[in-house]
Amino acid sequence: MIPAAFDYVRAESAEEAISLIGQHGDESKFLAGGHSLLPLMKLRLAQPTVLIDIGRLTDLSYIREDGDVIAIGAMTRHMDVENSPVLAEHAPLLAHAASHVGDPQVRHRGTIGGSIAHSDSASDLPATTLALGATYVAQGPNGTREIAAGDFYKGFLTTDLAADEMLTEIRVPKMQGAGWSFQKFNRRAQDWAIVGVAAWRRNGDSGIGLVNMSSVPVLASGVSSALSGGASIEDAAALATEGCDPTADLNASIEYREHLARILTKRALEASSS
Amino acid sequence: MDVTVTINGQEHTYDVEPRTLLVHYIREHAGLTGTNIGCDTSSCGACSIHLEGEAVKSCTLLAAQADGLEVRTIEGMAAEDGTLHPMQQAFMENHGLQCGYCTPGMVMAATSLLDENANPTEEEVRIGLEGNLCRCTGYHNIVKSVLAAANA
Repeated sequence: MIPAAFDYVRAESAEEAISLIGQHGDESKFLAGGHSLLPLMKLRLAQPTVLIDIGRLTDLSYIREDGDVIAIGAMTRHMDVENSPVLAEHAPLLAHAASHVGDPQVRHRGTIGGSIAHSDSASDLPATTLALGATYVAQGPNGTREIAAGDFYKGFLTTDLAADEMLTEIRVPKMQGAGWSFQKFNRRAQDWAIVGVAAWRRNGDSGIGLVNMSSVPVLASGVSSALSGGASIEDAAALATEGCDPTADLNASIEYREHLARILTKRALEASSS
Repeated sequence: MDVTVTINGQEHTYDVEPRTLLVHYIREHAGLTGTNIGCDTSSCGACSIHLEGEAVKSCTLLAAQADGLEVRTIEGMAAEDGTLHPMQQAFMENHGLQCGYCTPGMVMAATSLLDENANPTEEEVRIGLEGNLCRCTGYHNIVKSVLAAANA
């Protein structure tokens, strides 16, 4: 399968990339690692007329401590997130979730920023960073702004990013020793989750992100409220499907997805509590 | 557009369309057909090659993304005198292939795996090869081959 024809431009800096996408408008797309976009282009589900390759912007590949937060450059590849000693210490849930993305070849190329900007609710990292209360940094022609993960996901493959904005950094609060678990249920090792759950607990606080339970990643805030109100894990996990709107497909009916969300939330909370 | 890629130590430059996939650049322009196309959807791993020393799926990369970079394919694994790479030798000795279609991708993925983890456990080999499918389902001997190569 070969994509429809397009023009290719390689950006040498974030500023140049933003200027280029401003010139070329709605029909152009940023190309990061390409492991979400190129498959869609090969299936002709996406047909941008201009690709702006930002994959060589190595100054956007970093993981560093910044006070109470870990700052991750948008071009950081999944393999580097998975193996980061900084994340192993301060945000192990994110490093572990990254190790479940695709397979090693995919993780050598795919980037955390690409995955979040693509915002497929079946992907692992949007829901995981949502559960962790991350903030995303977007750069546009007039400077940068921060967007809370909870305000970022607007609909199916749709985000709060403006057409001429680029996601440049993901800011994840340090987990401060919280218990955590990532539960991913799929048919084959490399597949997208049929349903996934990223969860952490610390004292009375918790965060639970659901993968593939709606057109956007879902923060199961009802579960967290119940837990902080003293509910048992079992009772709290029963609320996991509140606010979800899953779809049926070849792998799972709506009812089965809802069942999985409750069971996996229960397992994730149990693992986070031990 | 002109795309220059160093494949197995030899520099190639071809005038290709921007939409040219790296696997087509390797097979059809450079004429190196050891890299196979299987699923063409980044699932099966038959097209695995090394880009800058790391295993990637060449069906899901544009040739343009590899412009100026180093690629290694299965043709670049054996020594010039024909001595097989230790991974190829291990596949041969352990019957790590049946029909052979997945083999180039398996060898490229497995060598990349050992570069990152020189002494993997059996479980780490199985997880490390999750991106490569064998339609003969010959996984046991493939895993055995990789473990043998790690100990070679």
